[in-house]
Amino acid sequence: MAVPEQPPGPGADGPVDDAFADEGERSAAALDADEAAASGAAAEPGGTSGPPGPPPAPSQGGEGWYDEAAGPVVRPYALTGGRTQYDGHDLDMVALIETADEPEDPGHVHGLHRGGREAALDPEHEMILSLCRTPLSVVEIASDLELPLGVVRVLLGDLLDRSLVRVRRPAPVAQFPGERVLKEVIDGIRAL
Amino acid sequence: MESVRSDPSPQGDSALTVKILVAGGFGVGKTTLVSAVSEIRPLRTEEALTERSIGIDDTSAVAGKTTTTVAMDFGRITLPNGLVLFVFGTPGQDRFWFMWDELAKGALGAVVLVDTRRLADCFPSVDYFERRGLPFIIGVNQFDGSGLHTADQVRDALDLSPDIPVISCDVRDRESAKQVLITLVEHIMRSMVRRDPGALTR
Repeated sequence: MAVPEQPPGPGADGPVDDAFADEGERSAAALDADEAAASGAAAEPGGTSGPPGPPPAPSQGGEGWYDEAAGPVVRPYALTGGRTQYDGHDLDMVALIETADEPEDPGHVHGLHRGGREAALDPEHEMILSLCRTPLSVVEIASDLELPLGVVRVLLGDLLDRSLVRVRRPAPVAQFPGERVLKEVIDGIRAL
Repeated sequence: MESVRSDPSPQGDSALTVKILVAGGFGVGKTTLVSAVSEIRPLRTEEALTERSIGIDDTSAVAGKTTTTVAMDFGRITLPNGLVLFVFGTPGQDRFWFMWDELAKGALGAVVLVDTRRLADCFPSVDYFERRGLPFIIGVNQFDGSGLHTADQVRDALDLSPDIPVISCDVRDRESAKQVLITLVEHIMRSMVRRDPGALTR
């Protein structure tokens, strides 16, 4: 397998993906060494032909990915029971989330819509419902809750499953903004 | 379903959020630019680098895994008619390109800030947006004592297409920062017309 020997850069996600795709059997051991893998295939170009080596020292290959600037090493998905993604909704980071209209009974028991599997909502779910009474973007929710985007997406998925929130996706015009939209943006910025 | 709101929130199907990116090397003034135009104190959000982020779809071992985070600063500008403009500073570290793809998805365009004393710092950003076909402009941030290079010199050094605006700015100054964004959006409009002459009639 040819792994480009270059530092992560534009498109570096490609080599990383390839590295994993070609090593389907790498699982447990590789996951232990995922720091090495995540730092870019360049950090461990020979990882395919032998057992995964130890994560490279930060000095190898120019940079480690877990230096001080990377922030603390955390386990953010404990909140979601280890779930890292939510199937069914591809939530754009600037999609607006809005709490669905409250049921009459404030003591409404959430979570019975899926076979009663879910227990009551977690505090984080409740915080999202509270925040999104005024529509708020996914990134703003994440910022307010001080949780990673991915974690917030999972939590939002839970709420979407239960129809407790609605998504207002960024309009498709975001990709093909019309003149009117762009002029509004310009006028709006001018008026700041 | 619409209820009365006390703030200028997007309403109905016209609800629209748009995104502009601010890229450039470390310490070039990305967050300062975001701050200058944002109606709120710039917010910070984080994304955790997980196997999802790098394209792996195996959640079985996540609970026991460690990861790291990448921080993004962003500001918000609520425009008339419910439009909400988000201005995102891109993560500075090269290893976080995975985040750029998500940021760039659906973005209108980008400002690449340049400090002429460290011109090379902006190369990866310029390369990225060129490859992605995302409209961008160059903002030459004028640091004290850095005003030694003209826009044309920067354009030459970056080997930019002649249609890409290169403007001097001081991102600490709100008016200057606004002009940078306006220049970008005007460039986006021109880019659309070039690509598809009928684009603006939609």
